[in-house]
Amino acid sequence: MGALFSFGAVVVLLLIPAIGAGALKMHSLFGVVIPYLAVVIFLGGLIYRVVGWGKVPVPFKIPTTCGQQKSLPWIKHSKLESPATSWEVAARMFLEVVLFRSLFRNLRTEKTPADRVVYASSKWLWLGGIAFHYSFLIVFIRHLRFFKHPTPKFVSIIESFDGFLQIGSPHLFVTGLVLFGAAFYLFLRRVFVPAVRYISLPADYFPLFLIMAIAGTGMLMRYFWKVDIIKVKELTLGLATFNPTVPDGIGVIFYIHLFLVSALFAYFPFSKLVHLGGVFLSPTRNLANNSRMVYHPNPWNYPVKVHTYEEYEEEFRDKMIAVGIPVEKEPPKEEEEKAETEETEGKE
Amino acid sequence: MSKQAKPPKPDELAKSIDYKPPKTNWMETPVEFKPGTYCYGARPKYLEAVEMPNPREWSPADEDWKLPENWKEIVLEGMQDRLGKYRSYKLFMDICVRCGACADKCHFFIGSGDPKNMPVLRAELMRSVYRKYFTTGGKFFGKAAGARELTEDVIKEWWYYYYQCTECRRCSVFCPYGIDTAEITIMGRELTNLLGLQTDWIGGPVANCYHKGNHLGLEPHTIQSNIEMMCDDIEEITGIRIEPTFNRKGAEILFVTPSGDLFGLPGVYTCMGYLMLFHELGLDYTWSTYASEGGNFGFFTSNEMAKKLHYKIYAEAKRLGVKWILGGECGHMWRLVHQYLNTWWGPPDFLEVPKSPITGTVFEHAKSTKMVHVAEFTADLIRHGKIKLDPSRNDHLKVTFHDSCNTSRGMGIFEEPRYVLKHVVNHFYEMPENTIREKTFCCGSGSGLNAGENMELRMRGGFPRANAVRYVNEKYGVNMLANICAIDRAALTTLMQYWVPEVDVCGLHELVGNALVMTGEKKRTMDLRLEPLPGVEEEEEEE
Repeated sequence: MGALFSFGAVVVLLLIPAIGAGALKMHSLFGVVIPYLAVVIFLGGLIYRVVGWGKVPVPFKIPTTCGQQKSLPWIKHSKLESPATSWEVAARMFLEVVLFRSLFRNLRTEKTPADRVVYASSKWLWLGGIAFHYSFLIVFIRHLRFFKHPTPKFVSIIESFDGFLQIGSPHLFVTGLVLFGAAFYLFLRRVFVPAVRYISLPADYFPLFLIMAIAGTGMLMRYFWKVDIIKVKELTLGLATFNPTVPDGIGVIFYIHLFLVSALFAYFPFSKLVHLGGVFLSPTRNLANNSRMVYHPNPWNYPVKVHTYEEYEEEFRDKMIAVGIPVEKEPPKEEEEKAETEETEGKE
Repeated sequence: MSKQAKPPKPDELAKSIDYKPPKTNWMETPVEFKPGTYCYGARPKYLEAVEMPNPREWSPADEDWKLPENWKEIVLEGMQDRLGKYRSYKLFMDICVRCGACADKCHFFIGSGDPKNMPVLRAELMRSVYRKYFTTGGKFFGKAAGARELTEDVIKEWWYYYYQCTECRRCSVFCPYGIDTAEITIMGRELTNLLGLQTDWIGGPVANCYHKGNHLGLEPHTIQSNIEMMCDDIEEITGIRIEPTFNRKGAEILFVTPSGDLFGLPGVYTCMGYLMLFHELGLDYTWSTYASEGGNFGFFTSNEMAKKLHYKIYAEAKRLGVKWILGGECGHMWRLVHQYLNTWWGPPDFLEVPKSPITGTVFEHAKSTKMVHVAEFTADLIRHGKIKLDPSRNDHLKVTFHDSCNTSRGMGIFEEPRYVLKHVVNHFYEMPENTIREKTFCCGSGSGLNAGENMELRMRGGFPRANAVRYVNEKYGVNMLANICAIDRAALTTLMQYWVPEVDVCGLHELVGNALVMTGEKKRTMDLRLEPLPGVEEEEEEE
């Protein structure tokens, strides 16, 4: 259901530029206005979201400790799993963001025919995630050649690695295929793993379809329905230098590709994709496990009504005196005698 | 109150677990209040005792929950308020990608197969409402954006599933963004508490703890007499008379432990272990009848209530003029002491940085809160050779160690208890690595779920833990499950009786007490449970 809905939405997104830029020739709209708008929404939205989270206080220091705390000097402290200093936190965050360390821990729970449960290592999701995110990153970096002239050195180096297979002309970029394949794997997983299918929302399928469409149109354009790359670069450099020009004769496939990318940019900050920014702010990962060493203030800590010792003693004074527990306020004489009598009686 | 539902037989229960999700979409699958899987509603007297809102007689099985007229407004305002106070709450509402890594990590899911026990779905119960009222996409696109209306049925669903999560944080270990369902459950409980929807099992201890100082409602003279009875047993076992002090001003150390150690088995054996150890060391310490609870059921209610209940520890330390505080074996107590107490009521600058009077070790890692865990304290003693131990007295035991959720994932105390264990027992076996340390499984009864009326739920939640214990029982003949948590001692005992009856449960310091060679003691013929020590018994018979 959710998958069909999202697929339909991406088809609509494909048709909009096909009609608008293809049939109606609105090249300035699709080549300049919409991309600019999308980037503004992306940057503004991302800042809005991150600042929005950042403004909310972190009242308690609640790291999830996944290793030995720093305590006695002769006990080996797990610096990465239970970081006690900012540097150790930075190292933990680095591994989390760059290597998806928590996901690497993933296990599969299975019930045996004897009704026991067993846990097996399960790295497929981690592998799929790594393949998806890193191929996306490289594809993104490769595209910088369209926005900077001359092409930066590191972009050329990455391109040469990416095209190492040297198949076809232009050379096949591996990352484009991997990106498409990884997104497709993540989609299949959503469809075929029952638990994952059960939790999936349209908002989970939509970005996968959108990204597959982006990778697909990109590869179509590069290998099959080739467009005039010089003119494309003229347009993109114009965008980058805030001197937009719209050359004639760029194939409609380019406008479709660009529109889908614009859609992704605009959608990004307001969707689950914003985890890109959010992961850095996660209080269970980015705080040090040193809360007994370093005081952590809560900005909204407010006074609360408590039950004081005085109130407690008031209620139990006689009973405390009777069994010899020291009290702050001795009772008046009479009561003391009474208490003593009770005590003697109790003993008898 | 209705008669308590009995759980099905263990093999039937295990067979009934099916991980296949139902055909209907979760939003269209209403919650079913099946007896044995939920706790009773709190009696109004408990809520009134601590001035919680909307007290009334109600039962979760009722059609009408008698919610206050403006309940929806209360909940939405409550959400708004908390979204502005807790970054974890706001962030965890926003960034989940539903990758499903957490799905089969929850003990309640593993033991029930109920998809709403998958951490991701437990959180979606709340996120769907968040989207509807607090995000633009949800407002406009509704269900297509994963949003839904807040209705009375949603409140019932929240209540059922947020009191079916033990805030154990296992999911957050596996989540690539560290999303911690405990943070969401805590909010779910805060919100339902605004409507007076407390459970009786949490409400009672909270009211007790506020007025009498501890969850069990033990009054000062009872605490004293309970401990004196333990001292009688210790005298019978060792020939040594221990005279602990209560509310004594000028003691060097205040000792605070969960009240579960003062009452009920096998908790008191752990307490006997503390008493013997402190006596042998000649420790200048005192008990308090006012700060007589280390645990805090307020934490299973609201942040504010938790803060109220944990006021007593520092206040009492100040009144008595102690130098620092030593804390007993308890799970959620240590999550709170470690991560919350100082923020609520500290820093306690009237105390000194804890220093062991026996070894001279300065506990630098507790220099701000001034509270040391008894396993840290004892590990340090052993390391410095300050106590004499005879682990062979525990030779009839084959021991495995259960890492408590809170001390594992909310503190990181893994090696100290193991170090102590390895010095007081000769036979120690670890459970499989995916079921211990940071990946440890909950007892199934934490965060206020250890009632009697939800027994099926507890046995389901504890299934993965029991499953791992059974593994070491069959492989190594393990017959004792040691731990450092008062709720574990109570809950695991029931769990073992149900799933692995060959295995008994004890606290770490019970084993310390058994092994501790005390100055001037008589020959030990009994363990702390007053049961004959196997080897010794035979010897005596021969004599």
